[in-house]
Amino acid sequence: MSGAPFAAALLDPGRPLPVEITSHTARHPERRFAVYRNNVTASLIEALRARFPATEQIVGEDFFAATARDFVRAHPPRSPLLMRYGDGFPAFLEHFPPAAGMPWLADVARLEAARTRAYHAADAVPLGPSDFAAIDPATLGTLRVALHPSAAIVRSPFPVVTIWAMNSGTAALGPVDFDTPEDALVLRPHLDVTVTRLPPGAAAFLAALRADAAIADAAVAALADDAGFDPTAALALLIGSGLATAVTPAPEASP
Amino acid sequence: MTTKPALAAVLATSFAAALSLAAAPAAAQGSDKEKCYGVALKGQNDCAAGPGTTCAGTSKVDYQGNAWKYVAKGTCTTMKTPKGMGSLSAKAG
Amino acid sequence: MATNQQRPLVPAQAGIQRPHDVRLWSPAFAGMSGGWTDLSGNNINHEIRMTFARSTLPADAGVGFKPQHLDGLLADAAPLGFVEIHAENYMGAGGPPHAMLAALRDRYALSIHGVGLSIGGLRPLDPEHLGRLKTLCDRHPPASFSEHLAWSSHDEVFYNDLLPLPYTAATLARVCEHVDAVQTALGREMLLENPSTYVLFATSTIAETDFLREVARRTGCGLLLDVNNVFVSATNHGTSAEDYLNAFPLAQVKEIHLGGHAETRDDAGAALLIDAHGTPVADPVWTLYEKTIARTGPLPTLIEWDNDVPDWPVLRAEAERARAVLRADVAARKDAA
Repeated sequence: MSGAPFAAALLDPGRPLPVEITSHTARHPERRFAVYRNNVTASLIEALRARFPATEQIVGEDFFAATARDFVRAHPPRSPLLMRYGDGFPAFLEHFPPAAGMPWLADVARLEAARTRAYHAADAVPLGPSDFAAIDPATLGTLRVALHPSAAIVRSPFPVVTIWAMNSGTAALGPVDFDTPEDALVLRPHLDVTVTRLPPGAAAFLAALRADAAIADAAVAALADDAGFDPTAALALLIGSGLATAVTPAPEASP
Repeated sequence: MTTKPALAAVLATSFAAALSLAAAPAAAQGSDKEKCYGVALKGQNDCAAGPGTTCAGTSKVDYQGNAWKYVAKGTCTTMKTPKGMGSLSAKAG
Repeated sequence: MATNQQRPLVPAQAGIQRPHDVRLWSPAFAGMSGGWTDLSGNNINHEIRMTFARSTLPADAGVGFKPQHLDGLLADAAPLGFVEIHAENYMGAGGPPHAMLAALRDRYALSIHGVGLSIGGLRPLDPEHLGRLKTLCDRHPPASFSEHLAWSSHDEVFYNDLLPLPYTAATLARVCEHVDAVQTALGREMLLENPSTYVLFATSTIAETDFLREVARRTGCGLLLDVNNVFVSATNHGTSAEDYLNAFPLAQVKEIHLGGHAETRDDAGAALLIDAHGTPVADPVWTLYEKTIARTGPLPTLIEWDNDVPDWPVLRAEAERARAVLRADVAARKDAA
């Protein structure tokens, strides 16, 4: 292949065609080369559009396409696994001047990126209520909980779940109080990806569990994070949502 | 690390309440409405990982990208509150 | 210099410009040592090739799988022969993509079609990506694996398109190395697909048909003949699709692709066809397909429809049309016998 000149000209329409590119009708077939330029850029914009549909809904098609094009130019994919392409898009949005009036937009994109990751995450059989019913309540605080491989938490100073729900067809569109912080749990216990708004402190609780803290220590961390932490709500989530895949005793448990 | 007795008691009580909450039918979310094989994630186009030749929007000439105004025109305007929090018409780049 | 102005894509006499001193390095295959063989050797690595799992797709019609067609595929009373997937869409750890494949595999042979290896790329193939491909083929053993005569990655960047190659001795040697690497890593024969192209390289010295024949001969790979790509490229380069097919090494073809194309105009106002896969297969492509099958006998035939994907019955009917061609050929051969 002509290597570098061909590759460089793909993402930069300002560059000339590689010298050896020709056609039977024109010596410098700009329009023909443009097919490749277009395929590259349009398909990558399309990949982002597929991954961030709520973000696109919020800003509109034109704004999204223009933004995505800028991102593609600045951060073309490094891997043929396009399911992962756009992991850096939320951070890009955060510092994208035209989106400065929508400071919550990046978190909506973070939530969408987490959903795609959950969709492709490893499978695992979640524990159900009957598994938890077998646990001795007196030992509960000392137990460690393995979270489902698909589980992700998105914390936001903005109402990220509400905004996402309104723009993904799961809630009616209406005015939003942008001052309300929300934490999201993204999970795929079986085959459907779910998004749940977490109660106060639950995000810290789950983050601590993920860091292998015992349940009691995670509860302490959650209370420190938010005095409104309700252990019952957090435990009900753990038991009922398919979030846990294993519960194990503390490593140093002794008689 | 050992659990403080007070916290342990709170947790035990919460646990019992949480178990009964989770056992209620309403809490058994997800599994019964689960499709057999799962549906494609909304907006998760199978094409997204394909090459441009099979997936590019060839009808949309999208590589030039000049003269964009970068003004958001989606639902962001509808979500805007009367008090105008987060003024949503983005500043032109 | 206007070298390509008049040069046909396919020389009337398929004379390959072949350096006489080029030798092919064959890497070691499972349990066997590699070695050098000369270019004209008729017996290169014959035994080694036999260790590859051969493509075993049924000589029936198939479709490119789209999740929205899952129910239709599973409920089909007279199921097609196979489904084809883009490998890279199934390289996640788990979730619905693998669940759907597992369900399909009870009823359909599977063709795994790679779109990201960059067989024609300058660098050695990405070992990590080869590993992912191997993992996928182990998890969902396919009847066939195929990839493209094209490049898509350069200097770490993945361009997500099938980009064209100059057909030179250097490119040939590199493509053969990469095909060898794939077949070695997977322990399978791979099929290499002819591309749709929109430009030519003034530096090309080998006709595409000769290039593909030589890759198949040197590496033992099979070929995937995309008849729509033949029509698209011939139109785009002002050559004859029939001549191309006459020069194509049809004996190595293990699968056929059919798909729709879009039409636009080039710099000089000439027709420029785009391999867009967003419409039914065009009539001249069906005609070329029928002529090809008349020569090759029935071959696994895939309908590719990746953009503006229609409802299942529409795609199913398109596949049925290919199936009718295959059945008519079987009947004609029976009559002739």
